Amino acid sequence: MKEKKAGWKELPEGDVLEGASSLKFRTGNWRNRRPVHISERCINCFICWVSCPDGAVKVDSETGKFGHFDYDFCKGCGICAYECPKKAIEMVDDEG
Amino acid sequence: MPTLKQLAKREEHFVSGHRLCGGCGAGLVARMVMLAIEKPVIVGNATGCLEVASTIFPYSAWNVPWIHSAFENVAATVSGIEAAYRSLKRQGKIDKDIVFVALGGDGGTYDIGLQSLSGAAERGHKILYVCYNNEAYMNTGIQRSSATPRAAHTTTSPLGKVIPGKVQFPKDLPSIMVAHNIPYVATSIPGRWNDLVNKVEKAVTFDGFTFIDVLTPCRLGWPHEPELTMEISRLAVETCIWPLYEVVEGKYRLTYRPKEKKPVVEWFKPQRRFAHLFKPENQQLLEDIQKEIDKRWESLLKKCEG
Ligand SMILES: Cc1ncc(C[n+]2csc(CCOP(=O)(O)OP(=O)(O)O)c2C)c(N)n1
Ligand code: SF4
Ligand code: SF4
Ligand code: SF4
Ligand SMILES: [Mg+2]
Repeated sequence: MKEKKAGWKELPEGDVLEGASSLKFRTGNWRNRRPVHISERCINCFICWVSCPDGAVKVDSETGKFGHFDYDFCKGCGICAYECPKKAIEMVDDEG
Repeated sequence: MPTLKQLAKREEHFVSGHRLCGGCGAGLVARMVMLAIEKPVIVGNATGCLEVASTIFPYSAWNVPWIHSAFENVAATVSGIEAAYRSLKRQGKIDKDIVFVALGGDGGTYDIGLQSLSGAAERGHKILYVCYNNEAYMNTGIQRSSATPRAAHTTTSPLGKVIPGKVQFPKDLPSIMVAHNIPYVATSIPGRWNDLVNKVEKAVTFDGFTFIDVLTPCRLGWPHEPELTMEISRLAVETCIWPLYEVVEGKYRLTYRPKEKKPVVEWFKPQRRFAHLFKPENQQLLEDIQKEIDKRWESLLKKCEG
């Protein structure tokens, strides 16, 4: 993500940051491979959800089942795919 | 103990958009610790990767009150907040039940923060201190700490002609914390989410200082393939290099026992900082390490039986 950085003269001497404001900073473009969900194999155990350091595995709150990967933030580490007990996540090369 | 389905319904207090490396174990530890606490919580964070990467100006990945303290004094900073809270409570100005958490790396906990940690434990503040122990000063470029294992290559214990990586074995900080006679001390890993969540849940129920030492893989400094973060932490447990135990009011208990104790090399294999251990000239060193690990494991077992 491109951002205009403030010069040191413009920075405050101390500051209070807004909670959860990192959601405005997308880390998805760090990724060079991405997880893809294979729903036929999924047993909705949520191991992938708890295994993501970036909170990028989303559970669907309505169905209570695996929802989606949040590609705005997923860094492509592959932990979710490694930990999935059913091999229901595949890592594929990412184009962009 | 919540199930994953129940945990997934909770609000996240450590959110996406932080800038820890992809696959960083510290991100996992922060997320799991925060998911385990349902009450209002205030967090203090010592300088280190987790603090730096989660609060790069002007953004923060925390959606709870959170404060950055210096490298050496997170336990003191959170002590002050907790003392102020108790005073306000006594004065009837606040009635909320608040949980206080201090987070520090191994450098900020085993080394430079040890004095403030000891002081807070001795005074008995009601704080949960979690050390995310990635076994070196990672944020400044992989320098050795007193938590770095023997033979690990770091920039200040470099592998070369004179030394084969770090010369000393790591400090046994959990024992030092037990010697403070605090109500709860435990070890954990991110690779067993239920172990960590369970211990955090339990720790915050005690009326006093509690401490959890979490072995936390760092894919950049150990280095290992990023998808192996949880697996490597489990290998440390299976080899008895990092046993999972808790000490409640001085009483030791193993919380997980490996079915079959694996040789230490299994843990070394996926980490490049130990690659030299597989050269024939380092065979003796490898045996020495295995011996020391066996000794520490046996001594822990005795404490758990006794
Ligand atoms: C008094 C002081 N000395 C040195 C530093 C520079 N410094 C910042 S982070 C860090 C290392 C932190 O290591 P650790 O606590 O293990 O956390 P990690 O970065 O490994 O997560 C150091 C030396 C500092 N901030 N303050
Ligand atoms: S870990 Fe695998 S099986 Fe479990 S919810 Fe995730 S994708 Fe489905
Ligand atoms: S690849 Fe890594 S960052 Fe992406 S969803 Fe899986 S665990 Fe999370
Ligand atoms: S250097 Fe290590 S501890 Fe720091 S963000 Fe990267 S993986 Fe995490
Ligand atoms: Mg460290």
